[in-house]
Parts: sequence; C-alpha cells; structure tokens
Amino acid sequence: MTANAKPKFAMYWAASCGGCEIAVLNTHEKILDVDANFDVVFWPVAMDAKYKDVEAMENGSILLTLFNGGIRNDENEHIAKLLRQKSKILVSFGSCACEGCIPGLANLSPVGDIVHTAFNTITTDNPNEIYPQTTFDAPEGELHIPKLFPVLRPLDQVVDVDYYMPGCPPESHQIAAVIDLVIKVVKGEAELPPKGATIGVGDSTVCDECPLARNVKMIKEFKRIQDIAPVDPTLCILEQGIPCNGPATRSGCNARCPQAGAQCIGCYGPAEGVMDYGARLITAFASVIDATTPEEIDHILDGIPDPTGQVYRFNLAGSLLKANREAWKV
Amino acid sequence: MSEQFEPTIIGFTCNWCSYRAADLAGTSRMKYAPNVRLIRMMCSGRLDPTFVLRALSSGADGVMITGCHPGECHYIEQNYKALRRFLLLRRVLAGLGIEPERVKLVWASAAEGARFASETTAFVEEIRKLGPLNWGKTDDRQQTMDDVESSVVNRPSSEMEVPA
Repeated sequence: MTANAKPKFAMYWAASCGGCEIAVLNTHEKILDVDANFDVVFWPVAMDAKYKDVEAMENGSILLTLFNGGIRNDENEHIAKLLRQKSKILVSFGSCACEGCIPGLANLSPVGDIVHTAFNTITTDNPNEIYPQTTFDAPEGELHIPKLFPVLRPLDQVVDVDYYMPGCPPESHQIAAVIDLVIKVVKGEAELPPKGATIGVGDSTVCDECPLARNVKMIKEFKRIQDIAPVDPTLCILEQGIPCNGPATRSGCNARCPQAGAQCIGCYGPAEGVMDYGARLITAFASVIDATTPEEIDHILDGIPDPTGQVYRFNLAGSLLKANREAWKV
Repeated sequence: MSEQFEPTIIGFTCNWCSYRAADLAGTSRMKYAPNVRLIRMMCSGRLDPTFVLRALSSGADGVMITGCHPGECHYIEQNYKALRRFLLLRRVLAGLGIEPERVKLVWASAAEGARFASETTAFVEEIRKLGPLNWGKTDDRQQTMDDVESSVVNRPSSEMEVPA
C-alpha cells in the first residue's frame, strides 16, 4: 500500500432487507464522492469480494465500515467480528444494526417456530417436512450453512461500535452529510464526534419536527389508520386516535410519515436520553387516554391489538428486556 | 435444594401516602414479608415504566407500584396516569412472555399501614408461586451465543486513531 493511497471503505449487510444499501445509493451524485475519496474494498451488494480477501487485510486497514443488519446467525457474527478487527471506524448503520428493527420482532418467537413458519406453513408447500440443515455431505465435500441464533442481537451486543446511525433506512440527506463529514476528517478539516455518538440525526423527537397542529390530547378510542378515512392532514395523528410513535422517536427524518398523513412508526429509534423506547411510548400513550376507571381504560387499550409490537416495532432487540422469554430458551 | 424460593420485589412508593403507609406499618410493628425493597418517589405519576423494566431485567421477580387512592393524589390526578401506564405495561409484558401478575398496583393512604403490610405479604406469596423470573441471567444466555465457534478475535483497541 502506497502512502497516498485512498482510505478504504466497506459496507456489509447482516440480517437486513437491503434498504440501507438503497438509501446509500439514493444519495445520488454523492456516491461519486465516495468513489473519489475512498477505495471501496468490500461491499457484497455492489461488488464482488470474498470473505477471505477481508481476512487477508491488515487489522485496522479499513477506515470506514458501514454495517447494517442485526446478528441473526453465526455468519453475521463472524463478519461483524471480522470487520470490527479490520476497521478503524465501525458504524452501526440503520435500525437493524442499532436496535434490531423488524427482524428483531422475531425475538417474540422461539427460533423453531420461525423456521417452521418459513418452511412449513400454508404459504410453503412442504409435505415431506424438509427443513434446512446446517451441514450437508455433498460429493465435493461437506457444505455448511449458517446456524441461526436463538434471538437476533443488534451489532453493539456483539462487538464494540464507534458510531450509531439509526433509521429504516437512514435518510439519504443524513447519509450524505455523514459522508461529507468523514471526507473532511480524512482531509484534516474536521474532527470526528466522540466515540459512541449517534450521528446523522436530530437531537429531539419526531413531534418536535412535526408541523401538524397539536392541542390537548384526550383520546376515547384508539383506531387503526386503515379504519379512519380520511385522516385529517393538518391535525396531530395521535390526537386523531391513531397510535403514533413520534413522542418517543428521535428526530432526523423531518417527520416524513406524519407529514404524509401516516403515523410515525418509530424507525429512528429512541430519542436522546431514552433508555427504553417502549417504556417511553407506554408513558406517552397512557397520558392521552381520557378515562379514569380500570374498565374504561382497558376498553380503550383494546384498540391497540398488539401492544408489544406497537411500542417495540423497531426496538425490541435493543430494549431492556431484549426478547420474549420463550425465545431465550435454546 | 429444599430451600424456599425468596422472591426479590422492588416496591415504588409515593411520598405522600403509600410511603407513609409503609412507615406506619413499621412504627406500628406490623409484620410483613421482608422481600420488598422500597424506593420512594414524589408521586406514583413519576413512575416511568422504564423503572419497572429495568428492575425486571436486573433480577427482580416482581414490582409493586403503590400510590394514593384515586381522587386523593397530592398532585391532583397523576395516580390516574400511573394506573393507565400500569394497565398498558401489563399488556406489553404479557407479549414478552412475562406474567402480568408480576407487576402489581396497590393504592394505600397514609393511614393504611395494615393494608400496605397485607398487600405486600400477599404479593410476595403470589410471586413465590410464579417462581423466579431470572431475567437478569440474559447475559449468560448471550455468553452461550458468543461461544459459537468463531475464528476471529476482537480487534486491539489501540488502533482507533484516524489518519489526518
């Protein structure tokens, strides 16, 4: 490696959907800045690279790694540890890596149920009950596929993480700003934020950025958004009785969903200082219920059909309790 | 292993009534189960559900929330908020596989030392029947997962500097 070689960049997806990669490409021409300033050494979705190439690199030789996806199987964990070893800056990128996101909701079910649902339910015709095995003796030798862990874990429960960048996916303008910052750091024109910081976000809640009109909220009934037609596009969504996760969610997205007339689903994760996202949301929802007797309160709460999924939609794996008790049983 | 399971209970009390109820139970020399560790707050309305989740995830087997009777809150209506949080929290806990009975809400005025004592004892017995929660051992479970064979060791922390 010559002294003036470009710094190296890597991006990896573990248990994720690929939306984070799309968000990076959605930075449009900014992606050319990445190419101009970085040597992209490992990015499975965009280029051909082998794990052994990464293993052969010197420790700490990759300047910036954006890691998206949670740790669901031993391959995810292996690559997480490998990239931690090879990277100077490891960014937990996107909601899955930061707090589990939608794949983390699988922590509500034992792993056996998940495999069964995927391979032998009404949507999958499997009369002979054939399930994937982790090893297979092929004529060419033994083949392995990754072993599923009992639960999905966010990246920082597996390796040390330098920065967090939440969002499902992170907004492209936030990604562009972070790329700009790192390029400036490389050129010596800026300094990195303190280790452990959450980057590419606002420092308040979605409600704080939301332009919808807010009054005193007193709710007699929770409704699902599909049951309301039409949604008033000028009035606070929670005030209309739709459980909106804005009060607990970190700002940074410019309140996109509420502005489009839909409830915030909480993809930017817990706001600054929130230890448990779901608990904060419980507080928020409980505060707006207009009832004082247990019976009436319970009746109103019946309007939220899946309370656990509602308050932990993106955050279950990163919450204080992390998973359903059944799922922990190996 | 014939020893009886002794649950660990965290109790949150309100400064204006239930804490005084506990105080009264003590000064009146009433006997109640010693399993509860009381934490005093200014009001049951201060009870962030985070406290309950933190207690359960750190090894508590049950959590008791206490406050003034409805209509008697020192801060007008905050105990109603505690009630709503409690009812929603129980539903969320049920979704996580935790028996909702592990969290209990008790109203006790400053004069009800006897009520505080009997409710506490009854709660301890309920939790004893449910058995230990053992949530604090999740770190051990994590260790189990970390034991999965991996050829990679953790990177040395000395390599954090970024080249100028």
